[in-house]
Amino acid sequence: MLSYIARRILYMLIMIILVSFVSFLIIELPPGDYLTIKLQQLQSVGDRSALLRVDEYRARYKLDQPVLVRYWNWITNFVKGDFGEAFEFERPVREIIGQRALMSVILALSSITIVWLLAIPIGVYSATHQYSLGDQIVTTLSFLGLGMPGFLLALLVLFFAMMVLKVEVGGLFSREFQDAPWSFAKVIDLLKHIWIPALISSVTGTAGLVRIMRGNLLETLGQPFVEAARARGLKNSVVTWKHAVRVAINPLIVILTSEALPSIVAGDALVATVLNLPTVGPLFVSALTSQDMFLAGTILVFIVLMTMVGSLVGDLMLAALDPRIRLD
Amino acid sequence: MAEPLLEIKDVHVEFEVRDGIVHAVDGVSYTVNRGETIGIIGESGCGKSVTAKAAMQMLPKPGKVSQGEIIYHRRSKFDPSKPQEVVNITQLDPDGELIRHIRGGEFAMIFQEPMSSLTPVYTTGTLIGEALALHRWVPVTVGEQMSNKIMQYRHVTKEESREIAIEMLQKVGIPKPHERVDAYPHQLSGGQRQRVMIAIALSCEPFMLIADEPTTALDVSIEAQILDLMRELQQSVEMSIMFITHNLGVVAEMAKEIVVMYMGKQVEKADTVKVFYEPKHPYTRALLQSIPKVGRRTSERLASIKGMVPDPFHLPSGCVFHPRCPSFMPGKCDVIKPKYIEVEPDHWVRCLLYEDV
Ligand SMILES: Nc1ncnc2c1ncn2[C@@H]1O[C@H](COP(=O)(O)OP(=O)(O)O)[C@@H](O)[C@H]1O
Ligand SMILES: [Mg+2]
Repeated sequence: MLSYIARRILYMLIMIILVSFVSFLIIELPPGDYLTIKLQQLQSVGDRSALLRVDEYRARYKLDQPVLVRYWNWITNFVKGDFGEAFEFERPVREIIGQRALMSVILALSSITIVWLLAIPIGVYSATHQYSLGDQIVTTLSFLGLGMPGFLLALLVLFFAMMVLKVEVGGLFSREFQDAPWSFAKVIDLLKHIWIPALISSVTGTAGLVRIMRGNLLETLGQPFVEAARARGLKNSVVTWKHAVRVAINPLIVILTSEALPSIVAGDALVATVLNLPTVGPLFVSALTSQDMFLAGTILVFIVLMTMVGSLVGDLMLAALDPRIRLD
Repeated sequence: MAEPLLEIKDVHVEFEVRDGIVHAVDGVSYTVNRGETIGIIGESGCGKSVTAKAAMQMLPKPGKVSQGEIIYHRRSKFDPSKPQEVVNITQLDPDGELIRHIRGGEFAMIFQEPMSSLTPVYTTGTLIGEALALHRWVPVTVGEQMSNKIMQYRHVTKEESREIAIEMLQKVGIPKPHERVDAYPHQLSGGQRQRVMIAIALSCEPFMLIADEPTTALDVSIEAQILDLMRELQQSVEMSIMFITHNLGVVAEMAKEIVVMYMGKQVEKADTVKVFYEPKHPYTRALLQSIPKVGRRTSERLASIKGMVPDPFHLPSGCVFHPRCPSFMPGKCDVIKPKYIEVEPDHWVRCLLYEDV
């Protein structure tokens, strides 16, 4: 087991190096990246201070050096926690992301919690009441939820809130708390705002998880050990939860960690953009469009990192939960 | 002498499915006596398991008993001198308290698929313990009145449960029971898993064991071991066995009486010896001819009965066996439905050969 984990971590490192290098290249390759444009602007201004700044940039980002050296520079600093500068903001990437990362984490965690709290009981109900009216309603709703893109739902909610309820939704804080320092009142304000985006971004996930849970459980309920448990005199509810659900839920753990962890870094950017949320997602999109390479690259590396950590954690949790995997 | 434990009386089970109604069990009657073994035999799909599940009041949806009753003469597990209670199983709430006491505690069941009959995420100790927690009671004397002790019953403790589990594993012949009590199902072989199933079933000292093709999925040598084990265990505890199989050879040494089923109907019932030496129904004779010779594999056993089991939605007219019957009498068997008659004392058969028509 330990050697297995070590091997997985090694693969992970190799993968991250590859991905970071490729993303560095992709971000840098196209003409017209943020830095080039900026340098051109400065040069066209042509005065002394502008030219000085051009030299300063050249030196700082070692622009005269080959790509490999620049990549090496970036990645070694990255490991030390210096992610470079976000050109557009003229501030360190770390600072820019830091502000938003907390909001991303809070939003992702609350939406994951909602997804699981809703999807598991609904999926179990739907499977144990197969073909009943309730199951048919659940099935219809879950297909609707799967088909409805999150941003569209966000737009609908915005529209409904504005036109019908005449309230403003969007953002995670009221105006007076936007830039206020953290306080109890600010936390309350956050809670008042966060449930709408959390609900919206959990719709697709819930619908998907309900489908998976229902399917897995139906398959498990047909297994002989379920009938055997019932023949032992257990209550139906115990048979369902302690035997069937306990087995059917194992594969979902992998889904939880391998999808949820990356969503912490960049959840649905479109939803966040529509709802004007101060999270990492919209930042990532704008960094990509303006080719702000250090910012985009950093976020990308974190997404990959989280994806891989997520699948490792998922596999470890699955091993902890399922003796067939643990003991093989 | 023979004291009835379970009486299955003219039971019919129907499944209402999209294409129509399947009469999975169509008039079955037999009695399981205390301490005796009854063999239920017939080709796959003839309604053996469905009958057994009806006796446990756990028919899979959408199955229901449409006619007949299943009478259980219930004795107190604590005080055998108490008068028996008559329970009509088919009338019980399928998730109710009484049937849950009966399931596992009084009727235990083992299944055809030992490979997947144990929940994969629990150890054998946990699974046995689960049954013990439900059905095993420990007597405690709480006082004395005149010369009568006043008894109360409590649940087993964790430590007792583990001890009993180890003891049961030992009893069913699992090597190193102290270690195997912590083993997960996938760490055991098929034969060992079936032994564990038997251990779970017997750990609560049931009155009846329903063994639904317990050896069908196992190798012939393992099959012999499991059958030996069941015989041994039955001698050490007073327990009835309903032994379901499609293989007459297996049941010969186990059962006192045999019920033969075909397409949901009971076609013959008699003492084991009579069934073997004076079979009446042509179907029983065909089954007897198909008993495997030494060294043949389980799956080939019933290959020698000619023809196919008919489609349940298009049952043959008259006697349902007539298209496959070597003694087919045209104009009779395909027209008249045979009655179930007692041709000799305690020898029942459903065949027109024994009717004046
Ligand atoms: N869940 C079910 N739904 C519909 N029909 C069923 C179901 N279970 C059993 N049956 C019907 O009952 C018949 C008898 O099944 P069963 O008792 O399992 O046969 P066996 O004698 O092999 O144990 C089957 O042929 C099938 O048509
Ligand atoms: Mg069967």
